[in-house]
Amino acid sequence: MGSLTLKDVCKSFGQVEVLHNISLEVEEGEFIIFVGPSGCGKSTLLRIIAGLEDATSGDVMIAGKRVNALPPSRRGIAMVFQTYALYPHLTVKKNMSLGLKQAGESRAVIEERVDKAAQMLELAPYLDRRPAELSGGQRQRVAIGRAVVREPELFLFDEPLSNLDAALRVNTRIEIAELHRRLGTTIVYVTHDQVEAMTLADRIVVLQDGHVEQVGSPMELYNDPDNIFVAGFIGSPAMNFLDAALLGEPDSVATIGLRPEAITLGDDGPIRGTISHLEHLGADTNIYVHVGDKLVTVRAFGQADFAVGAEVGLNFAPEAVYRFDKGGRRIR
Amino acid sequence: MQRVRHNRLNLALAHAALIAYTIIALFPVVIILINSFKTRKAIFRHPLQPPTPDTFSLIGYETVLKQGDYLHYFQNSLIVTVGSLFFILLFGAMAAFALSEYRFRGNTLMGLYLAIGIMIPIRLGTVAILQFMVATGLVNTLAALILVYTASGLPLAIFILSEFMRQVSADLKDAGRIDGLSEYRIFFRLVVPLVRPAMATVAVFNMIPIWNDLWFPLILAPGEATKTLTLGSQVFIGQFVTNWNAVLSGLSLAILPVMILYVIFSRQLIRGITSGAVK
Repeated sequence: MGSLTLKDVCKSFGQVEVLHNISLEVEEGEFIIFVGPSGCGKSTLLRIIAGLEDATSGDVMIAGKRVNALPPSRRGIAMVFQTYALYPHLTVKKNMSLGLKQAGESRAVIEERVDKAAQMLELAPYLDRRPAELSGGQRQRVAIGRAVVREPELFLFDEPLSNLDAALRVNTRIEIAELHRRLGTTIVYVTHDQVEAMTLADRIVVLQDGHVEQVGSPMELYNDPDNIFVAGFIGSPAMNFLDAALLGEPDSVATIGLRPEAITLGDDGPIRGTISHLEHLGADTNIYVHVGDKLVTVRAFGQADFAVGAEVGLNFAPEAVYRFDKGGRRIR
Repeated sequence: MQRVRHNRLNLALAHAALIAYTIIALFPVVIILINSFKTRKAIFRHPLQPPTPDTFSLIGYETVLKQGDYLHYFQNSLIVTVGSLFFILLFGAMAAFALSEYRFRGNTLMGLYLAIGIMIPIRLGTVAILQFMVATGLVNTLAALILVYTASGLPLAIFILSEFMRQVSADLKDAGRIDGLSEYRIFFRLVVPLVRPAMATVAVFNMIPIWNDLWFPLILAPGEATKTLTLGSQVFIGQFVTNWNAVLSGLSLAILPVMILYVIFSRQLIRGITSGAVK
């Protein structure tokens, strides 16, 4: 029995159906990430798990119990919000202890858990401050601390890093990964950033328009995408898609996909194009090549140099080509 | 440099306009105040002159405090104003929370219905209100006034407060729900503190018309026991003889409590505690 089970969960707002028959089994201790473009329903799904929205139909089970009818506070979950959502008029300590107080825990238990969480998140010096007196990163840690003290079955993270600047985001990402290792609690995490998903997740659930496109480990999704959406969404820079006719593929193949890092540039090659732009990143170089009216991204390792406007050939191993049919499904 | 000078000029113009407005607005108040401390003769001879040792007199205040039950009128006005404000804010905020927070059938319609009161003056319904109060035996009670003022204040309160409550972070309320707070606790402990400045605005808007109203006290509660200050002051204005000393002194005294209430609410207006609530 997994720690979270979704069975045919559907959600509609009035006439608009936003989630279609979502089924998912999450194992104990797993770090699972919902990823997808904005409006794909990932946050709604998280809110249904939390109990902040009702599922129109289907079952939500947490730790083997059907929780559809339980209020959020009794589902054994804790949630970290994108905007932190700290209580502005309460100190850090009270922010963290409010949930336990509501649940009727004894004062000693509350003290102990808050102290432990504060130690772990390095919040001890700030316990008597109010949220307004903290920096963005500290507020984020308080929000995580508020979730940790509840000792839930399930952590829910709703885009927790999107309000932080780039440097802090990397740090906090590592902190969340460490937190997961230390606590061993199941985490369900929502993000639109595929890099976050790739670096943190045990398994990724790719959502689009309220459908699950594919579920798998980051490398499974990267190496073996089921369809054109997952192929294009996972990986950075994104996969290039070209007309299959360029390679003389059979009629059943409509589109071919090539990862930027699978292409090398040379004088000759099965596909030819002209260099349009170069991005030097130091460790590698992104080269944009015009092939017909498409712009192909090529990622060269190290510092490569090409003249803009020069004609080049694109080379790649035959097994690096992904093939998709008209409906965008992968042909294996 | 050019820019600085330009700003200075703007600043001077803005200040000139504001000072001019202040003088115009305060002029009648100051006239009332200085004349309330003068003898009757001096009021008519030199109405613009501040009291001198010759013309200084407290006769007006003496008359006011002796004649009629002035302190009692004061108390009535205060009870009516504070009571009405309390119910306007309480019910207004609760209705606004429901309208802004919950999705239910007819939400928009309900909001429109509640806002219609802004456009229709409650005095149009005076006759019906009087009949209703007679039927329920509420004539000549302060409760009648409080009920009427609460009803007339609610539409604008709901309209303003629901707009502000929509701006309160949804995540904050959800965080409260996950922590196990009841909807009432979320409303009173999380949302109300965050919209306090808006509630102070609503209070100030409603307070002064209620305090100054003559219409409803005259119609619904003209009895001696329930007279409000504005109504009580009318005894000094006669058809043939008006005791100007007493009228001016009474009005001067009537300014004080509203000023105190205003100071209390305006501090709330300025104090913003929302910063840092959510990023």
